[in-house]
Amino acid sequence: MASKRYAQVGEHCVACGCCVKVCPLGAIQVWKGVAARVDTDRCVGCGKCAGECPAGTISLKARVETV
Amino acid sequence: MKGNKKHWYDCLWIVTPIYLGLGFFNILFAWLGMIFFCLPLLISIFGGGKLYCNRYCDRGQFLSLLGGRLKLSRNRPTPRWMRSQAFRYGFLVFFFLMFFQMLWTTYLVGAGARDLGEFVKLFWMFRLPWHWAYHGTIFAPWVAQFAFGFYSIMLTSTLIGVIVMVLFKPRTWCVFCPMGTMTQLICRLRVGKHTEEGEKAHGGEGKAGGGAFEAAGQ
Repeated sequence: MASKRYAQVGEHCVACGCCVKVCPLGAIQVWKGVAARVDTDRCVGCGKCAGECPAGTISLKARVETV
Repeated sequence: MKGNKKHWYDCLWIVTPIYLGLGFFNILFAWLGMIFFCLPLLISIFGGGKLYCNRYCDRGQFLSLLGGRLKLSRNRPTPRWMRSQAFRYGFLVFFFLMFFQMLWTTYLVGAGARDLGEFVKLFWMFRLPWHWAYHGTIFAPWVAQFAFGFYSIMLTSTLIGVIVMVLFKPRTWCVFCPMGTMTQLICRLRVGKHTEEGEKAHGGEGKAGGGAFEAAGQ
């Protein structure tokens, strides 16, 4: 079952990779050194990445239910 | 679940205290700092992205160790102004100005217009005596002058990193680290170039898609 929330990376990501290291599911990767990207299918919205991000650019968003 | 396997590069934090320690006894070791200066740029230029920041950055690991594992950080959010693009790029420009000033001083010493300054300049202002770390060498005086200047930059930036680590998050330094800013700019340029090439080759399908990945805003 999908979680209710997922992490979303904002536009001021510095691609430091702190979030990658703390993600328990390996759902984040730094895309070509530009910014972090979240695999929304794997993300369970635990918020560890958001807590670690020094740039404060990761937020948790509610999933929109689709039928 | 992601494995917690340890890698050799997880121990690179040791490089920071070793580097600063070596420079305390012999300033010429400061030249080794050129590795930390050139390697990130070379990695990003040759397509490695921010692998240096993400994996091999000794300072980042050192700050994570102090702030995270040793809990020396207050772990408060980085202030908004410090996270701003203006501060990030402003600090990069300031850092470059100070770097070129250091190169100018080195040139003056090399040209014989100035004597070798056997001190370390902390925070670009405070002269700290460091004469014990220079014993004379077979090299020209400008070699030692560059070493003093470069060590000043490395020590100052490490201290800034430690201060913001204590006050805010362990890796707050990464938010405005000049090397990180430069490598990210290089990566953005490379991605932009590739996207344009891809668009030309595939008739507009070159946009790097993320699949299931939520793209960060660019």
